Amino acid sequence: MSRQAGRGTESKKMNSELFTLTYGALVTQLCKDYENDEDVNKQLDKMGYNIGVRLIEDFLARSNVGRCHDFRETADVIAKIAFKMYLGITPSVTNWSPGGDEFSLILENNPLVDFVELPDNHSSLIYSNLLCGVLRGALEMVQMAVDVKFVQDTLKGDSVTEIRMKFIRRIEDNLPAGEE
Amino acid sequence: MAIFSVYVVNKAGGLIYQLDHYAPRADSEKTFSYPLDLVLRLHDERVVVAFGQRDGIRVGHAVLAINGAEVNGRFTADGKDVLEFLSNPANYPVSIRFGRHRLSSNEKLMLASMFHSLFAIGSQLSPEVGSSGIEMLETDTFKLHCFQTLTGIKFMVLADPRQAGIDSLLRKIYEIYSDFALKNPFYSLEMPIRCELFDQNLKLALEVAEKAGPFGPGS
Repeated sequence: MSRQAGRGTESKKMNSELFTLTYGALVTQLCKDYENDEDVNKQLDKMGYNIGVRLIEDFLARSNVGRCHDFRETADVIAKIAFKMYLGITPSVTNWSPGGDEFSLILENNPLVDFVELPDNHSSLIYSNLLCGVLRGALEMVQMAVDVKFVQDTLKGDSVTEIRMKFIRRIEDNLPAGEE
Repeated sequence: MAIFSVYVVNKAGGLIYQLDHYAPRADSEKTFSYPLDLVLRLHDERVVVAFGQRDGIRVGHAVLAINGAEVNGRFTADGKDVLEFLSNPANYPVSIRFGRHRLSSNEKLMLASMFHSLFAIGSQLSPEVGSSGIEMLETDTFKLHCFQTLTGIKFMVLADPRQAGIDSLLRKIYEIYSDFALKNPFYSLEMPIRCELFDQNLKLALEVAEKAGPFGPGS
């Protein structure tokens, strides 16, 4: 991972192993603290939400992307620009529902789970649930209420990791002026 | 070329950050003897000059300090009413400092909220659908530039009318906000920004923009 050069600061390359280890330490500590996989999943989602509401501003400030006019544009921006910028991967967007309000992001590899194996006693743990919270928080700040969940996970034996995103509604309260 | 102030307004219209960057205007401090040849009157809880311009003291200037002690609205530092104090010959000769009144923080809060509402009116008045809000307000002494992010935060910069490169400055301020305010885990969203690093980096960015002068920062 590196930060964009040309912002006045030298581009800093950080070791992605440190990132994987940090995330791993976080999840295992949560498991020790909560002892219940469901609670850990909830906490990861909450933490992800807090990250997402802040990350969206960073994303908008750096990428200069304008407002998306429909969910398909949103899906493309998330997959091709956001994931690329923050995790260095480009998931593919597939499995659109007939109404155009649900789609899947297929991740060939997930940097969060490099070197991770899920033990049997944590079979209902959603290890990368942080990502769901991040996506939910970020989209909420741009007036979209979405539901995000993992439907396939390489840690559980599936061939790919699949995140399903469903558009629930547009958030109408507190709209910025000019967006009605 | 100068950038006068920066305001950051949150989604609800509350002012969360304000910075004044201009050199203080020349205040005039003079010693007067009785009777005062300026006509003073009370206006908005402040004592202002109503008539009798001279020596750099203009109509509209407020009494800022008496005998070196700053006044508190219409009262002196020790609680006496300013107009009564100045009508008593026993208090002369007296040294009074006049100058343009600076906005108090409450006034800034109120003005920011007012601008937030006006910004929305701007988009409603538009004959076209989906117009943005007010992007620029121009007077003969300054231009106010406003940039609203997709998340509803507004960044406003008041600058000299000839200053260029304000658009890129607004984007830079957005980046600085997303870095030093948002990435500080102890900063809560929508609350007043009290982050040292944000202040420092913002001032640096303003200086860079000012140095670039009327041609804008080099790309």
